Amino acid sequence: MATSLAIRTERLGKQYTLGELNSKYDYFTFREMLVRTMQAPLRRLLRRPAATPARTRLWALRDLSVDIQRGEVVGVIGRNGAGKSTLLKILSRVTDPSEGRAEIRGRLGSLLEVATGFHPELTGRENIFLNGAILGMTRREIQRKFDEIVAFSDVERFLDTPVKRYSTGMYLRLAFSVAAHLEPEILLVDEVLAVGDHQFQAKCLGKMGQVASEGRTVLFVSHSMGAIAALTKTAIVLQQGRLVFHGPTSAAIEHYTRLNAAQDEQQFSPRGRSGTGRSRVLDARILDHRGRPSRMVAFGRPFSIALDYETTRATAVRAAITMVSAFGVELFTTHSDDLEPLTLRGQGRAICQVDPNYLAPGHYSLRITLYDLIWEQDDRIEQALDFEVSMLESAPSGLASERAGLFKLPLAWRLEP
Amino acid sequence: MSTEVTTLETPSSAPPRPPDPSEAAGELQIIEPSRGWPRLDARELWRYRELLYFLVWRDIKIRYKQTALGAAWAVLQPLTTMVVFSLFFGRLAGLESRTGGIPYPIFVYAGLLPWTFVANTVSSCGNSILNEIHLITKVYFPRLVIPLSTAGAGLVDLGVAFVVLLGMMAWYGVGISAQLLVLPLLLLGLILAAAGVGLFFAALTVAYRDFRYVVPFAVQLWMFVTPVIYPPAIVPRELRWLLLANPVAGTIEGFRAAILGTPMPWLPVTVSLAIATSLFVGGVIYFRSVERRFADII
Repeated sequence: MATSLAIRTERLGKQYTLGELNSKYDYFTFREMLVRTMQAPLRRLLRRPAATPARTRLWALRDLSVDIQRGEVVGVIGRNGAGKSTLLKILSRVTDPSEGRAEIRGRLGSLLEVATGFHPELTGRENIFLNGAILGMTRREIQRKFDEIVAFSDVERFLDTPVKRYSTGMYLRLAFSVAAHLEPEILLVDEVLAVGDHQFQAKCLGKMGQVASEGRTVLFVSHSMGAIAALTKTAIVLQQGRLVFHGPTSAAIEHYTRLNAAQDEQQFSPRGRSGTGRSRVLDARILDHRGRPSRMVAFGRPFSIALDYETTRATAVRAAITMVSAFGVELFTTHSDDLEPLTLRGQGRAICQVDPNYLAPGHYSLRITLYDLIWEQDDRIEQALDFEVSMLESAPSGLASERAGLFKLPLAWRLEP
Repeated sequence: MSTEVTTLETPSSAPPRPPDPSEAAGELQIIEPSRGWPRLDARELWRYRELLYFLVWRDIKIRYKQTALGAAWAVLQPLTTMVVFSLFFGRLAGLESRTGGIPYPIFVYAGLLPWTFVANTVSSCGNSILNEIHLITKVYFPRLVIPLSTAGAGLVDLGVAFVVLLGMMAWYGVGISAQLLVLPLLLLGLILAAAGVGLFFAALTVAYRDFRYVVPFAVQLWMFVTPVIYPPAIVPRELRWLLLANPVAGTIEGFRAAILGTPMPWLPVTVSLAIATSLFVGGVIYFRSVERRFADII
């Protein structure tokens, strides 16, 4: 039934031209553009096609055909660069597709980023009107919802203060509150929940759940499998710009995990490397609880970090691994000789078993350092590995619920009369 | 590259109906790669008129927030320029004897008024898209709203400066003539010319940042081929065509004539209006044909 469709895309595609450095445009220079413009009519006359410049072209999205029913809440899953944001940008008409078409039925609102168009010099009241107009609300509509917006944002007392004097929290609350009252029939959400404190995120999630329960269509992009699983029933998985799965969320997440596991043979991509170089990390990888290389490990399940190293030192060398959260917080450091006098010599592999694993679901990276006996740094890799802890399989006890904190610890409680 | 697409049946739970049955049909929107000639889509532009209003309102608010003198700047700028020009061009360069008996200060002010509007609009229009990167890459609305809103803010300044002109007219005893009725038409000509040129610059600046340096320079040169500080009569006959080709020269001449009650130079005015109109149409077409790439290349 075509009329119950909210979004339909047919072979939708978007191609980007990758230029060198800053020149992302089709023409390198203004002069080149002028020359081409002059040549174009002549070429057409001579029926000679324009020489396509030899520049790398990249399909950020390709051949995407998907139908989304009205009232459906659909998760969009994929790694960075899989085309998730491109899809939302095309649907919200920020950018044009290069091929294919999309049909959208109903008013569409997007939360690609809250606070778009907020001006620091304007007061909260003024920004509500400005931001509302930018998001496509009419003045009358904003006036009608004004009280509601203010109440939701909790900033009544500061309505006539320029928003530059607001705290980040207040600022975000106000911005989200305007966007949340847009009341579109189709809502696109892109990782807006990544900002703000936990309480604010919970509020955003709540609002989104409410929007969904009102029978609106929601397209929700997130890296957080927890949020996707909590909010959506169906999901699509994108990989390198293509649709590889469309179905129930749980199956989609599974598909995504398998996909990642298969793809992640080569995980080691050292960024920020320093040190004497007398010892080196040759390769590093995360192994999931089954011992398979993966970029995604399940919460509550042990995993290990394997390092292949090489040293030219005659003396022993030790390895250190620091776990860093997505916000750059160093969580802990472990040394290869913490428990046993283990030292690295020649060439080999060192494996660190992370057990128990109580890292809260989210993204983490590892800093790996090789030291000699007097703590001289031979090899220091700021970001050696990135991985994600996800809430895929049934977590132990009641720890599955969302909560604040970087660790989820199964701590014992008892009652005393 | 072949990728298999797996599609599983969604567990069929009856989708809840949208809240408002009148909206149930929904407006169908089709997104396709745009090809060929751009459409103006005036209907959509009209739907976003409130955004235009809010952007103008924002620009004005911001400009005068945190400035000690506030709106006085709209008056001070042309006024001081007038005083300086009267001194240098009027007195020292001896232009005051060439104005046909009109006091030079009011002569130059009547020219500066429309010119300041044109100059400000062209330069702020040129930078407008670049200044709104965060909007362009995040939200959709007709992009034309952004450059057009800068013209709106300029109009408000023009209005304020016009009040000063009325004061000067009273001071110098210049009577109000029926020719003032032509002003709206001339104003329209100025808007079309300034916005037309500004639209070209706005679109070009996105792709080629060089234009950020070109625009102020071009505006400066433009002033010298426009009869702002001098009467067109002092231009040698063989160079008159240069004034005629200038999209604002005739309009500014006409502006001055309307205010001072001197004979209206209809030929230059008509030519200027025609050029301004075609510039505007060209600017809109060019802008619309490249705006679809803004979000990708900005």
